[in-house]
Amino acid sequence: MFHHRRLLAATTALTLGAALLPLGAFAQDDGPIRIGHLTPRTGFLGPLGEYAVMAADLAAEEINAAGGINGRMIEVIKEDSVNPQTASTKAERMIERDNVVAIVGEISSASALTISQVTDRAKRPFLNTGANSDTLRGDDCKRFMFHVETQNAMYVNAEGQYLQSEGLVDGKNWYLLTADYAFGHDLLNAAKVFLDRTNGNIAGDDLVPTDATDFSSYLLKVREAKPDVVVSNLAGTQITSFLKQYTEFGLEAPVGGFGFDTASAWAAGGDNFKGTWPTVWTHQVDTERSQEFVKAFTDKYGKPPENQAFGDYTAMHILAQAIGAVGTDGEALVGYLENPENTFDVMKSRPAYFNPKNHQLMQEVYTITALPPGEQPNQWDIFTTSAPVPAPDQPLETLIEAAVGGECSFAG
Amino acid sequence: MNLFLFAAQLLNGLLDGFYYLLIALGLSLIFSLGGIVNLAHGAFYALGAYLAFLLTPYLGFFPVLVVVPLLVAGLGMVTERLLFTRFYKADPLYSLLLTFGLAMVIEQALRWYFGASPQAYSMPSVLTGQVFLGDFVYSRYRLFQIAVAIAVVAAVWVLLNRTAFGRIVRAGIQNPDILGAMGISLRPYLSAVAGIGMGLAGLAGVLMAPIYPVHPAMGAEILTAAFVVVVIGGLGSFWGVVVAALLVGLVKGFMIAIGQSAMSMAAIYLLMFVVLLLRPRGLMGERILRFE
Repeated sequence: MFHHRRLLAATTALTLGAALLPLGAFAQDDGPIRIGHLTPRTGFLGPLGEYAVMAADLAAEEINAAGGINGRMIEVIKEDSVNPQTASTKAERMIERDNVVAIVGEISSASALTISQVTDRAKRPFLNTGANSDTLRGDDCKRFMFHVETQNAMYVNAEGQYLQSEGLVDGKNWYLLTADYAFGHDLLNAAKVFLDRTNGNIAGDDLVPTDATDFSSYLLKVREAKPDVVVSNLAGTQITSFLKQYTEFGLEAPVGGFGFDTASAWAAGGDNFKGTWPTVWTHQVDTERSQEFVKAFTDKYGKPPENQAFGDYTAMHILAQAIGAVGTDGEALVGYLENPENTFDVMKSRPAYFNPKNHQLMQEVYTITALPPGEQPNQWDIFTTSAPVPAPDQPLETLIEAAVGGECSFAG
Repeated sequence: MNLFLFAAQLLNGLLDGFYYLLIALGLSLIFSLGGIVNLAHGAFYALGAYLAFLLTPYLGFFPVLVVVPLLVAGLGMVTERLLFTRFYKADPLYSLLLTFGLAMVIEQALRWYFGASPQAYSMPSVLTGQVFLGDFVYSRYRLFQIAVAIAVVAAVWVLLNRTAFGRIVRAGIQNPDILGAMGISLRPYLSAVAGIGMGLAGLAGVLMAPIYPVHPAMGAEILTAAFVVVVIGGLGSFWGVVVAALLVGLVKGFMIAIGQSAMSMAAIYLLMFVVLLLRPRGLMGERILRFE
């Protein structure tokens, strides 16, 4: 058959080649301020990563068009983070070779962890824009890691409040489908704690491999279990597969989820999207600043921004604000960011700040609810966005009640 | 869990196997005849899905089901003529590099043109809904899909086993040199087989578009599993690929049915491992001199 050894050598060479694509030039002190942007652009999170990159580019353009930060332009160095190992290698190279002042990005919780280990050693801030795992805010928290993305507990609380208001929790049976990696496991734990607290039952729960596209076997089990609610802890293109096939198999139970991306709803299409889901932001958020962003993004790319775009766009502006205030030194930036007195305009109805205990950005979240196929005005507005959660008279801290990731101490 | 549900799960697993069959059959044919390991096979599957997405608004689903596989088959034959022909006699490593590169070019081209986000593609309304067989509820679309797959696979079998074309292809798989000595040129057959193989991948793309996400990396997603099917089934054997595809679906369905879904993909690789260990030629692989 094949020459196995040569085959192996070639495959290794190919893999290496992909990991060692050339980067920008060497760092210079008087040049632009370099910011590393590292996020998955291929694989099952790739579709979200694409929005992340578009948003980071747009933010950089805006910052430079407004004269840069204290007169210095910013330059964004962008890479595909691929997987936890590659993410760590690339983060290291961005810092060592390109001398980036901070790293922005990531979606996979597993990769965010390896990046945070590198940035903590190098004492450069890492602004996580898409990884939700509670553990990253608990046992695995890092002094130089800040989370612009909301954490799982915040989504569980927002979605949980909605499901409670619909009478779908107390004494009801849930069927949980969970993405089989760090993010999903963490979300499953959070969901179980929520059900314990609120007297809900589990009718069944399955771990779904991230490369699985066929849900028929799971859906047959769901039908047999006759749950009151089907809850997804899935991620990326999995959600699209699930939604399409849930409709295909004609299951009737209400659908919801604790993790979500509007890109998954758009990809499933108006015929297939159903249920109520939590989100950090949507293009329908009705504030002046949000609508400016939606317009700028749509003008540039011909489609509205997804919630992942919100994360990277906001993170770039937060970082620019911090560098503008205290310069590019890592320690100074951490000091500025973690001070709750320093608030950030995140295009929502109230300003946001980082929780000094674990560096989570405290901000409002939303739930979105599918519109029936006949009532959708266009391919993007196939859902409606709720008012901000929590309600205006409630403090933002209510969102992080019962987080399950352990206690954060920045010592480790 | 009751016995009935268990049986339903196994049946569903068998049906899921057809997903792999259309891809693996073409992969196996192209490799058996020309010795090319077509790593771009998944990319042609993705092309099929994207062409369906592009053309359905103009033609409708059913015409697309015929037109797109033919278009993809055409692209496959062009690829064979322009690229594969240069590598039939070369070290298999070169064609591996070639098709690996081609897969990347096609995937990135799709990403560049359509974006990385999946495209929304809905199933035709006549095929929506469910079929009830006693307690067993199944998707009407999937039954249609399987009927199409069975018809097409049967047609390929007839073509290979009951026609003059098939006789030459089978002879070419066994011994191309003798065939050459008898004055028969394999070239047109190599093109035709590449066309059939990639056309089958294109058909799979159209059939899967309504139920799976249509995104640039969908080809890479299916390719590894398709290779596993070919390896388990054995080279040169039509029935080997069929049995292996159904077996892979069955094992996957079984793992999910018994609540070990996290291990469902791993079990498939374990199956391949065991088959390779006990029967390196594959379940029904024929002894082909030039591959030994």
